[in-house]
Amino acid sequence: MQDTNTNRFGGSTDYVASEELMRAVNIAIALEKPLLIKGEPGTGKTMLAQSVSKALGKDLIIWNIKSTTKAQDGLYVYDVVQRLYDSQFGGEGVDDIKKYVKLGKIGEAFSSDEQVILLIDEIDKADLEFPNDLLWELDKMEFYIPETGETIRAKKRPIVIITSNAEKELPDAFLRRCIFHYIEFPNEELMREIIKVHFPDIERNILDQIIAAFYYVRSLRDIQKKPSTSEIIDWIKALTLSGIPAVKITKEIPFAGVILKKNEDLESLENAKKRTTFPFK
Amino acid sequence: MFDSFLYLLRGKGLDVSLNEWIVLNEALDKGLAYSSFTGFYYLCRSVLIKSETDFDKFDAAFLEYFKDIEFGGEIPKELMDWLNNPKETPGNYDEDMAKYNMSLDYQRIEKMLEERLAEQDSEHNGGKYWVGTGGMSVFGNNGKSPKGIRVGGESMYKSAFRVAGERHFKDFSEDKIIDSRQFQMAFRKLRQYSTRTDAPKDELNLDETIEETGNNAGRLKIVYDRPRRNTVKVLMLIDSGGSMDYYRNLCGKLFMAVRKSNHFKDLKIYYFHNSIYERLYTDASCMPGRWVETDTLLRTLSSDYKVIIVGDAAMAPYELLGSSSYLYSYSQMGEGSGMDWFKKVKGHFKHIVWLNPASMNYSPGNYWKETLGILMDEFDMYPLSVNGLEEALKKLMVAK
Repeated sequence: MQDTNTNRFGGSTDYVASEELMRAVNIAIALEKPLLIKGEPGTGKTMLAQSVSKALGKDLIIWNIKSTTKAQDGLYVYDVVQRLYDSQFGGEGVDDIKKYVKLGKIGEAFSSDEQVILLIDEIDKADLEFPNDLLWELDKMEFYIPETGETIRAKKRPIVIITSNAEKELPDAFLRRCIFHYIEFPNEELMREIIKVHFPDIERNILDQIIAAFYYVRSLRDIQKKPSTSEIIDWIKALTLSGIPAVKITKEIPFAGVILKKNEDLESLENAKKRTTFPFK
Repeated sequence: MFDSFLYLLRGKGLDVSLNEWIVLNEALDKGLAYSSFTGFYYLCRSVLIKSETDFDKFDAAFLEYFKDIEFGGEIPKELMDWLNNPKETPGNYDEDMAKYNMSLDYQRIEKMLEERLAEQDSEHNGGKYWVGTGGMSVFGNNGKSPKGIRVGGESMYKSAFRVAGERHFKDFSEDKIIDSRQFQMAFRKLRQYSTRTDAPKDELNLDETIEETGNNAGRLKIVYDRPRRNTVKVLMLIDSGGSMDYYRNLCGKLFMAVRKSNHFKDLKIYYFHNSIYERLYTDASCMPGRWVETDTLLRTLSSDYKVIIVGDAAMAPYELLGSSSYLYSYSQMGEGSGMDWFKKVKGHFKHIVWLNPASMNYSPGNYWKETLGILMDEFDMYPLSVNGLEEALKKLMVAK
């Protein structure tokens, strides 16, 4: 048991983590393995890294992955064109290649003097081979820059958190090196806690109504895009700002457009409300 | 010590590698289970299982392996410690009983427990014979016997079973015959790079740049090139409905894989029911109206499209060979048999393969399989499996 006590995550004031999630975070930290977080959109995968960074008092480096991102981008970029241009004007230090090697997010995390949290956000957006291209770097925590003959080695092994929306399946070899956690959609109890973090003064009566209505909407079978935590937060904002009385929340489900983003889904909700089985008549 | 758990997991179809197993053992050495069985459960799950679709299988295996631990098999160390080092010595502590209990081996206790379970019909607490709490018997919980088996009670141990027992992730579990990823990887083979595309010129051509700069009396002149892009265009024709319903899952995987392979220059997908006729449908429901004329398609798509037909090739012979005006459903009137249309499509495109999700064992005499034989003669037909797909795609990259 080395310094696990100093690096123990127990949730933070603005992020409610389930017990399993906290365990997974701590296991990943102790084993020095990347933590792969999967889950429905809007369950706070990205928020987790921010919360871990806050709770442990460590800097957070975020690498947002896009469909065009290459593994190389995270390590370093060698700006040849700038160097060529500089050489035209006899700029100083053109022969210093180092000047033109810019570290990417992984490089940044490795060269930091303090231990940092590295968030690789939405890794599944990138190319199929992308995760495999990072295996060595994440395993050994070092990479080599041929241009300068330099090896960038992590001074303090960063805590790596990777999120995935499950748009693509990830390669086996990559998965085997990760600690995996699936964030389930919060149950009502946890949802109450989450809401309390955002709205500490919300009236119990209103909260009950909102939760009931929200989970009813989620339970509808025809809904294609189920509303998530971020949507219920927005919805509560809208509801409290408009001052709608609590009884109306379940009966009418006002501002449904905030929680349902698709026209078809709004229609299915309207249809459901007309049905005799609608529970809040 | 519980290596057989690894084999149980693997036996259940969970692809746990030795590497992950070693990590788990390392984690246990570091005390990451936090000396609780629930912790142990989550530790195992997060280290060994990498997809929520496998959680249910894992829960089932975990239950199967560890539920017996209460009665037999190995007793976890923490339980042993706890049982061997009772924190308190209460009033009813019985030295002789303790000594006697110590002399029992677990097999004997296990047997005794089984006997007792058969006999006992009421609650017993504080005693030394029955299964109960706070007593001196070798079973039960909160008891004072130095040795015994825990039965019931809210221990760390139990709660792990509760979690696993809920089988919470049942909804996620799906029997993956073939991973769509494997399909996707196979589709990567469909590549033909060329710089003659319409992409923007954004790649530095170093050699040209040096050359041009030299010609420019040393004044830098940078030359950009178009990046190399895949030029492969794909047309997919999928049999939908009827006998194909059995293979919907498998075809869905293939479909997903093709859709996600965003490296094709163009991808077109059309549907047919059993056989191709005058019209191809634009969606899988094969509803009249949502279609395009097959002839129009052949006119507009150049012959370098690589064609993949997906279907089981099983139909009534007249559907393939008879004139389409006989057809009972999917009112398509017109001339030419299904076979004629298949030949027409095949004639137009340079590369065409057939993927068959069904069994390709052709046996003469089987009414529904007759068409399979005919179509197998006409097309390069491959089974819809990872290997079959790879072969088919290889075939697509070379000539007909």
